Amino acid sequence: MSNSHSHSHSHGPGQSHSHGPAGHTHDAHDAHDVSKHVKVYLLVFGALLVGTVITVLMSQVHLGSAWVNIAVALFIATVKAFLVAGFFMHLISEKKAIYAVLAATAFFFAGMMYLIVWHRGEVPRGTMFIEGANKQLPVDVKR
Amino acid sequence: MEIPYTVKPRPDTGLFNAKVGIWLFLASEVMLFGGLFSSYIFLRVGADNAAWPHGLLNIPIGTFNTAVLITSSVTVVLAWAALKMGNFKKFRAFQSVTILCALGFLGIKSFEYKDKFTHYEVWKKDGTRLTGHIDGTPWFWKTRTLQEKGIQNLKFLPDAKHYAAPKVEHAGAAGGEHSGAHQAIEIPVSEIKRLSAFVPGHSTYFGIYFTLTALHALHVLGGAIVIAFLWGPGGKMWRTEPERFTNRIEVSGLFWHFVDLVWIFLFPVLYLL
Repeated sequence: MSNSHSHSHSHGPGQSHSHGPAGHTHDAHDAHDVSKHVKVYLLVFGALLVGTVITVLMSQVHLGSAWVNIAVALFIATVKAFLVAGFFMHLISEKKAIYAVLAATAFFFAGMMYLIVWHRGEVPRGTMFIEGANKQLPVDVKR
Repeated sequence: MEIPYTVKPRPDTGLFNAKVGIWLFLASEVMLFGGLFSSYIFLRVGADNAAWPHGLLNIPIGTFNTAVLITSSVTVVLAWAALKMGNFKKFRAFQSVTILCALGFLGIKSFEYKDKFTHYEVWKKDGTRLTGHIDGTPWFWKTRTLQEKGIQNLKFLPDAKHYAAPKVEHAGAAGGEHSGAHQAIEIPVSEIKRLSAFVPGHSTYFGIYFTLTALHALHVLGGAIVIAFLWGPGGKMWRTEPERFTNRIEVSGLFWHFVDLVWIFLFPVLYLL
């Protein structure tokens, strides 16, 4: 997917750097590249639909533990996310600057998720359900 | 003064302005939705299993809506590809499908919301709980509404089973002889401790469900407005600056794919797990 820039002189992945301020474009070249990619987009579309169906079917099957079901569902979702990001959003061959932005995002996102894991060691009093500690469900909310 | 790099890529980054802009924006969006997802995990792992509703969302409808959004994502990228090949008509055709899908998604979501706003849970003073519909399917009733309307007996059509008691207990057994059929029962208001529709205030689950899905729906709406603008009046730019216009379509498409991507995670997490 190296042709996300109309001015890049792209012959394939990894060679899509601009050739300076030259004003000429490569529309015919681009059009040829793009038509090849249309097939890929349609394949990805099919894969996403199949992935959705598999997710739903797998969720109906009890896989031993709820955690296995959660892991399977999130794994399929992640694969689908990679397909969308990689092909529809052209991340499979993007410019370095964008990878740099996303690397920072990934770092902070992972950090934020880590906080969730971390909190499990130090739960503030009264914020977590403990079996048997509170028989009554919180029903006395005034509404 | 002409703004540089609206079409030509900057020599050092190889990117035109809008592309840098949209990716920085998407990075902030990842953190926005990420924060809410982490809240969801936090709330879910700390919750009592019995208090976490299961099976209250309509899976076939959710699956269909997922397919609708995926379809719109592929038509966006095909529309952009059509412009790259110089075919404006084809671009418009594909984006028409995108806009229809966006409206379809929002329509279906509204239907789902309405379904929740007219679906109720009753907590009785003896500890039993029922879910079902109030006669006349009113919206947004709460405990106070019963007093305000001076209702003595609530006409209620209980569901066959309560989400917290899927196997053993029959939640509709309040009257004793309820057989699981959808028969209306009358619950004396004096026996009701709490009444709530499936609104954000119902429970932690619906709180996070509505927060996540409504924020996502706002993104769908925003994206659809931009795509519709570029499909309609904004399309004039194709005649004067075709490359810049194509870039705009690419950038709006990147946002749209991101919205699709968020839903790819929302759907299994909220509907299936």
